[in-house]
Amino acid sequence: MSNLTRLRPEDTDSSSAEDLPLVTDEGPRSTSRGSRAAARAAASDEGFRTSSRRSRIFGGIALGVVVVGTLFPFWWMIRTAFSTNNAMFSDPLSLLPVEFTLGAFERVLGIASTSDALAEGGSGADINFGLYLLNSVIVCVLITVGQVAFSSAAAYAFGVLRWRGRDTVFAIFLVALLVPGIFTLLPNFILVKELGLLNTFIGIALPSIFMSPFVVFFLRQFFLGVNRSILEAAVIDGAGTWRIFYRIAAPLVAPQIVTIAILQFIFYWNDYLWPLLVGQSEDTKLLTVGLGIFKSQTPQGSPDWAGLMAGALLAAVPIFILVVIFGRRIVGSIQSSGVK
Amino acid sequence: MPARRSDFTSTKPARRSDFRSAMLFLIPALIGFLAFFAWPTVRGVYLSFTEFNLLQPPEWIGLDNYVAIAGDPVFWNSLVVTSEYVLINIGVQTVAALVLAVLLQRFTRSMVVRGVVLLPYLIANVVVALVWFWLADYNLGLINSTLDAVGFDRVGFFGNEALAMPTIALINVWRHLGYTTLLIFAGLQAIPRDVYEAAEVDGAGEARTFFGITLPLLRPVLAFVLVITLVGAFQIFDTIAVTTGGGPVDATRAITYYIYERAFGRFDFGYASAMSVILMIILGAVALIQLRVLRANDSDLER
Repeated sequence: MSNLTRLRPEDTDSSSAEDLPLVTDEGPRSTSRGSRAAARAAASDEGFRTSSRRSRIFGGIALGVVVVGTLFPFWWMIRTAFSTNNAMFSDPLSLLPVEFTLGAFERVLGIASTSDALAEGGSGADINFGLYLLNSVIVCVLITVGQVAFSSAAAYAFGVLRWRGRDTVFAIFLVALLVPGIFTLLPNFILVKELGLLNTFIGIALPSIFMSPFVVFFLRQFFLGVNRSILEAAVIDGAGTWRIFYRIAAPLVAPQIVTIAILQFIFYWNDYLWPLLVGQSEDTKLLTVGLGIFKSQTPQGSPDWAGLMAGALLAAVPIFILVVIFGRRIVGSIQSSGVK
Repeated sequence: MPARRSDFTSTKPARRSDFRSAMLFLIPALIGFLAFFAWPTVRGVYLSFTEFNLLQPPEWIGLDNYVAIAGDPVFWNSLVVTSEYVLINIGVQTVAALVLAVLLQRFTRSMVVRGVVLLPYLIANVVVALVWFWLADYNLGLINSTLDAVGFDRVGFFGNEALAMPTIALINVWRHLGYTTLLIFAGLQAIPRDVYEAAEVDGAGEARTFFGITLPLLRPVLAFVLVITLVGAFQIFDTIAVTTGGGPVDATRAITYYIYERAFGRFDFGYASAMSVILMIILGAVALIQLRVLRANDSDLER
């Protein structure tokens, strides 16, 4: 889904950040077994969760099916990545890796020799996900840092500073949210080409590095909610606008800035079409692009499934890590975009 | 600096000093806006009236691109298959997300479960496409191996003209289900509990409560969910690029994929731009219709 479609349309005229729940303040934290009784007590406080025993069993089973259905493809990816291609013919249904090997990862990282790669069912073509991984990190950090920093400044100008024409400029700004990503794709490609920036990290980052209307909108909500008396106190102390921004206002909104930075990092990490157009050379290929090309290189008749899954896994591992560390924040921020 | 004090306390917006610093704070964002949103939009519309192959300057040809598009069966087909994708994807996804959101609300408060459900949404389209391409592979994929093992015929999910687009649509249901669920779940949480208590006192059953209370009160949220998921779904590209590449025949040649092919396969940038304009108009119309539905139901929760 396009990054530009993440806005709630009716929020364009929303007035105050207090309407949004704090993204980190989500639900009771009592998920451990020990506090189950407490959780149940809290639950029954809510009135309508007095479902019968039978429906509770049914609900538990249904949720279990959903969780398994969500996680199983990931397990299958892992299971395949550690299997040997030729052996998978013999046991396509095995739940565990067939003839456990690290060969696929060696192939994908460019460690295995060409003959080894061919012997294990690889294409023998040069693939170097280690490099693509590094490229993805460089580009995504570049975009995320630039975008979030510049968008924060813009959000501050729209949310805290007072100046003539502010609301008009902000409204014009928001229109950019409504332009579908595919529409600006071709002209932006032409522009980057004219600037001579094809096959450069800057070229890949350029359209996103200055701002995202979505991030400006998101952060403005929180700057609007910053307690003005704190800012006024700083003014009396003689702090300048810049100092107030980065010493007081931005730290107050830091949790939201971190959250949106994580979300944007994930978004650009997963982006495919734009890096595919601009980063074609080996030096500037990102992980998703490398994966797509790797897939098209692998033989049609007997694809290098283990290698493909190893590559897919490498591309997903950083996201898994982010989810483990920041899962609550990510879930909370997405939920909050759906609440009044 | 007493002059600055009024920056914050004055209710009058126009302070010269604040205007200056506001402009300084806005410079990068304004550059980004003008160079990569405003200018490309104008230029995209202009290019749609030209013949342009990247090598020579664009040549104005008026409405020729649009006339050609009107007579282009691949374009019309791309609209049909895109609609097929959107209908299956959005239909299944919305219903499944509604069910899952209710399940989540009724039976668990676990953040872990919510995180798990959201996980596919955070993984790249390309990775998701590859995993399912492998699961649904004709020869070795788990789905077909299982079908074979229990005595059914194997199914060529991606090679069959009738099945390819539904398969891609369902793969993306798997990816987006958690996201849509969380939005609806948040909407469910916002429904006041006393409404349910009243229903319980009146002796309304599960089904009655759901169709009589939950669904109507959820309409604004559902309308919002539909706007953002529809606009996103119309731009389906990554999954197609990785799995079928538009085939078999034109069965999965959706509009964005066709735009991409015309621009970067045949260097028909004018033609591709004209199709982008048409897509933008379609998306604008979809969003407008949905917004009207949204407004019409906005007051449901204000009692």
